[in-house]
Amino acid sequence: MSTTSPARTLAASPVPGPAHRANPPGAASEPTTERPTHRGVEKATALTVVPRRNRWTWLGVAVVIVLVAMFVNGLATNPGWDWPTFGRYFATETIIRALGTTIQLTVLGTVAGFALGVVLAAMRLSANAFLRTVAWGYIWAFRSIPLIVQLLFWFNIAYLYQTISFGLPFGPSFGSVSTNDLFGALGAAVLGLALHQAAYAAEIIRGGILSVDEGQREAAAALGIPRRRQLFRIVLPQAMRSILPNAANEVISLFKGTSIVSVLAIPELFYQVQVIYGRNSRVVPLLLVATVWYIILTTLLTVGQYYVERHFARGSARSLPPTPLQRLRSRWAGFGAQAGPRPQEVVR
Amino acid sequence: MTAAVDLRQVTKSFGAHRVLDDIDLELAEGTVTVVLGPSGSGKSTLLRTINHLEKIDRGQVRVGGTLIGYRQVGDKLHELSEREVLRQRSRIGFVFQSFNLFPHLTALENVVEAPTSAQGRDRADVATEALALLARVGLADKAGAYPRQLSGGQQQRVAIARALALQPDVILFDEPTSALDPELVGEVLAVIKELARDGVTLVVVTHEIGFAREVADTVVFLDEGRVVEQGPPSRVIDHPTEERTRAFLERVL
Repeated sequence: MSTTSPARTLAASPVPGPAHRANPPGAASEPTTERPTHRGVEKATALTVVPRRNRWTWLGVAVVIVLVAMFVNGLATNPGWDWPTFGRYFATETIIRALGTTIQLTVLGTVAGFALGVVLAAMRLSANAFLRTVAWGYIWAFRSIPLIVQLLFWFNIAYLYQTISFGLPFGPSFGSVSTNDLFGALGAAVLGLALHQAAYAAEIIRGGILSVDEGQREAAAALGIPRRRQLFRIVLPQAMRSILPNAANEVISLFKGTSIVSVLAIPELFYQVQVIYGRNSRVVPLLLVATVWYIILTTLLTVGQYYVERHFARGSARSLPPTPLQRLRSRWAGFGAQAGPRPQEVVR
Repeated sequence: MTAAVDLRQVTKSFGAHRVLDDIDLELAEGTVTVVLGPSGSGKSTLLRTINHLEKIDRGQVRVGGTLIGYRQVGDKLHELSEREVLRQRSRIGFVFQSFNLFPHLTALENVVEAPTSAQGRDRADVATEALALLARVGLADKAGAYPRQLSGGQQQRVAIARALALQPDVILFDEPTSALDPELVGEVLAVIKELARDGVTLVVVTHEIGFAREVADTVVFLDEGRVVEQGPPSRVIDHPTEERTRAFLERVL
């Protein structure tokens, strides 16, 4: 409305007068149409903005609270859970020792698996066709064979090869050891888990390396940085950002997956629990013992994952958001001083 | 006196497309050479053959008299091992169009990395030098900043400091200002000009004609993989003799 009015004034005047003639009369002649619009704009800036709320969220929250309450109530009141038995076994020496074995298998499987995985990933990305083919073949084989078959194979290796001898192929032997002496059940389990893990780790690491911009490797090459240093100092730290979430999945699934080695009668957590409930028939509380331990350790791994990811995120944002702990602390500080929670300054 | 950079009959094809066709160039020590040419003329490829980021099909590249990327045995050239090529590269600085700073390392760590790992120099010595280099490109206060906390112009200046830290015989610039906002171009060109004054041998691929006219000792005009014309800017830019050079300059000026 206000934009058309000066034009109308101009069109109405028979002679196109100078600019100072056209404007003041326009402003003076139609003060009533100008002012309300102007006041309307002023009013709009003063309006309060109300964030959009979804009332269905509250219904959802209510439903979930009820369901959780029902479940917790069941845990507390249903005698079938048998909490006294749970409490009796939860921290017994047998269970703790079994837990130690589970952790040991996880750590060895992860470390050996990922170490071999890095080598395989580098081979897969090598310019050398021979290395590429070997790595491809390894990954193909170990992803194809079921883990349980592999574990049983290593466990029963002595059935195929009683001794391992060192010497020339098809020629004389310089010495030999009995296969059973070389590795027992635990050795077979670690070997199987690590070889299996390496195939998956290799693909995760390769994916991470591919996600790093080609210009990074090129810049490192242009600066003459040695090959291995290019991988470990320049490319892998950047690849870690996409490797870590997948790698954490693998570690956690390996941690629980160690229960599969119970087929080798290794006294890890799940095997030990089975032994105990085989004796006293209290299946549910003992499965609960194992489950709660798995939950506790997975939670610790998840927290660890958060901080490791954060470490490798440095340089990826202008400043990192505060950790939950830092947020909590700044909120506490906020109660003392009057200032509210402040955004974290650049970390590191 | 041996030329700082010497290219003889350098030829390179990508598939059936001949990107570099029988290039001969001889660049004297301490000079600034600007390579001009339309896109796809082979400018970047030419620059990348000098530090063997691109292999060549025929001819030879020498920097400071040393054959780059190959070893001559009789009348044949054998490609060097990657380790040997990397050692040769640490004498040739390279500045990329897209900076290619290492984003997980601070500005200082970016500069310190190659002299310590590629040249095996003492970390403390290099760090002192690196701080001086950052000061030289006007970024003394940004040593602890990560690349993403810097503007494009600042990143490219860190990249120049990173190249200088290797104490190279020659520095190659591949369109160093093409990825920058117009108002940031000047600060990068100023740093390059200062290097030129200090007598560092520079080879610059660029579209900045004004910069070429002001700083270059030699302008090389490249088209379809061939050197069409070369000489001082007063001749090649202001009074080109070749029709193709004239047509190109009319389009960009």
